[in-house]
Amino acid sequence: MERKIILENIEIDGIRLLEVYRENGGYKSIEKALKTMTPDEVVAEVKTSGLRGRGGAGFPTGMKWSFIDKKSGNPRYLVCNADESEPGTFKDRYLLEHIPHRLIEGMICSAYALGANKAYIYVRGEFKSIIGILNEALKECYKAGLLGKNILGSGYDLDLHVHTGAGAYICGEETALLESLEGKRGNPRLKPPFPAIKGLYGCPTVVNNVETLANIGWIVNNSGEEYAKIGIGRSTGTKLISACGNINNPGVYEIELGLPVEEFIYSDKYCGGVKGGKELKAVIPGGSSVPILPKNLILNTLAGEKRLMSYESLSEGGFITGSMLGSGGFIVYDEDACIVRNTYNFSRFYHHESCGQCSPCREGTSWLESVLHRIENGQGKMKDIDLLVSIASKIEGNTICPLGDAAAWPVAAAVRHFRSEFEFHVLHPEIVKNVKHGSLEKYLEIPVLTAE
Amino acid sequence: MNEKLFKYKLYVKNNNDVSFTPETLAKIQTIISHYPDGQHKSALIPILHIAQEELGGSLNVDIMDYVAGLLNITPIEVYEVATFYSQFYIDPVGKYVIEVCQTGPCAICGGEDIMNYLEEKLKIKVGETTGDKLFSLKAVECLGACGSAPVMQVNTEFHEFLDMQKIDEIIAKLRNESELTKPEELTWKERLS
Ligand SMILES: Cc1cc2nc3c(=O)[nH]c(=O)nc-3n(C[C@H](O)[C@H](O)[C@H](O)COP(=O)(O)O)c2cc1C
Ligand code: SF4
Ligand code: FES
Repeated sequence: MERKIILENIEIDGIRLLEVYRENGGYKSIEKALKTMTPDEVVAEVKTSGLRGRGGAGFPTGMKWSFIDKKSGNPRYLVCNADESEPGTFKDRYLLEHIPHRLIEGMICSAYALGANKAYIYVRGEFKSIIGILNEALKECYKAGLLGKNILGSGYDLDLHVHTGAGAYICGEETALLESLEGKRGNPRLKPPFPAIKGLYGCPTVVNNVETLANIGWIVNNSGEEYAKIGIGRSTGTKLISACGNINNPGVYEIELGLPVEEFIYSDKYCGGVKGGKELKAVIPGGSSVPILPKNLILNTLAGEKRLMSYESLSEGGFITGSMLGSGGFIVYDEDACIVRNTYNFSRFYHHESCGQCSPCREGTSWLESVLHRIENGQGKMKDIDLLVSIASKIEGNTICPLGDAAAWPVAAAVRHFRSEFEFHVLHPEIVKNVKHGSLEKYLEIPVLTAE
Repeated sequence: MNEKLFKYKLYVKNNNDVSFTPETLAKIQTIISHYPDGQHKSALIPILHIAQEELGGSLNVDIMDYVAGLLNITPIEVYEVATFYSQFYIDPVGKYVIEVCQTGPCAICGGEDIMNYLEEKLKIKVGETTGDKLFSLKAVECLGACGSAPVMQVNTEFHEFLDMQKIDEIIAKLRNESELTKPEELTWKERLS
């Protein structure tokens, strides 16, 4: 079923402008929340909706909000995470570019619910044009009395500003983001204390993803109960999926949670199948930090059930045979993709982006990169493959922030599901040295023998 | 001490006079006003973007010390931020900094070929600047536009769905307009305030 919440009306000409957005029902939720509901009632609706964080971890939003310290007497802050830098993820950029007021509307309701009078949108520095778009939109809101003092005569004040990063993936991690917003290096903080207690400037803070906040207006207008009817089980609502890689229709799609993965990949409404009529080889369903799954395990679970686009179904089987919905960065690989090269590429990414605070991550990502580089270039040994697994297991769970895990999991998964490709690289250095991408087996006349 | 010992020429102060125009300073005051009293250090990253754009394309010690003075913070607080974030350049760069995405999704959609082609075309390697100081070539990580891979940015403006022909057109266009000044609305200063 087609269901649009976040991207509703996105096709309307000029929807980026306040006037057009309002003509189409925009900002109605502000009147309702600020004038007819108490902050706690808004929080309660969000709890009922079952909305879960769309930034990657999927933590229930209403619950996160209820942790905010309202007793400290310090000012409270709402911060929107628009750092979007997880490889494969480009949904927030799409939303902000086309319908920035959806986010601002959601943020006004959310800040009201949290009792925050100041809020920031942290946008990655590479999205310079988006920063311009957001500032235009904010100016329109200030002029129309939707931001600033005494919003629409409700007595509630809110200042909302855009802040920019300058090229650091780690600033997507919420505590690194707060450091960066304070004008410092993006070094994640040890938790606890959690931001809800000590966040921005040491004050109670909630950090939410763009897409999470963009849902709030709809929930206020239509109730949490209605929202909870959309989706499947504990995966309520819709999700933006950014699909890329070897597919016919790369782009951003809003799907109702629960859509079968197979339909998402092959239907012309979505990915439109694998490009060039090739076979599907593997998918990373939730951004580069989640485990890669081979064709059979992405379409069906190990138990033979159809895999669905939902938090639960994608993680069915744990990390042995499952993956995660993550940020919704859906990367598709065709039969000619080289998993080793791809894994090497991502570990270079994580090594580059490690902030360097903890040694398992700083040193471990460097090791992963160099061992994978060696294998990819035909200089690897069989024992290097187990070395990868061993390094990954030593990073996992031993770091300040989850970037370490995000670097380790994909490597472990790639070796688990595609071990024969790693072995091929070790056994056929002459081929891998000359062929940089593509399926390598086809350069062999005889079938590959693996150690398995 | 021997200058060559340092990777960054971070400690070499030339004592050149640097300053923003009064108009830019006014914009900067607006940006500082976005943060609570006493938290003006928050404006550091936005100001460094503006400084880099208006004062020569990269940051040097003179510029960083000037920014420290503006915000009333110590120079080291500026250096540590400037060296952490990949969009800030400590070494001089060309007028146009071309940043090609090299991460997974772009790589499997032809990103590697784009990089090779640019190296050939500009006759420089990644990390270098052309002799006429017009182009610098850099490899960067995912730009958040993987659906339109392969992707690159030129001075933080996106170019998507790249192929060789598009590269030819972009480079030719940049060569042609290199004498013109940048439209005001495309600057950091305008977009941030
Ligand atoms: C290394 C790393 C990078 C992250 N990058 C992002 C990001 O770009 N955008 C985002 O919304 N969340 C990102 N997150 C998740 C945030 O830490 C945080 O959980 C999220 O912003 C919370 O919002 P949500 O509950 O609305 O999802 C990242 C986490 C880690 C560990
Ligand atoms: S896990 Fe990595 S990125 Fe996270 S704090 Fe430690 S070193 Fe930094
Ligand atoms: S991988 Fe190139 S933009 Fe994301």
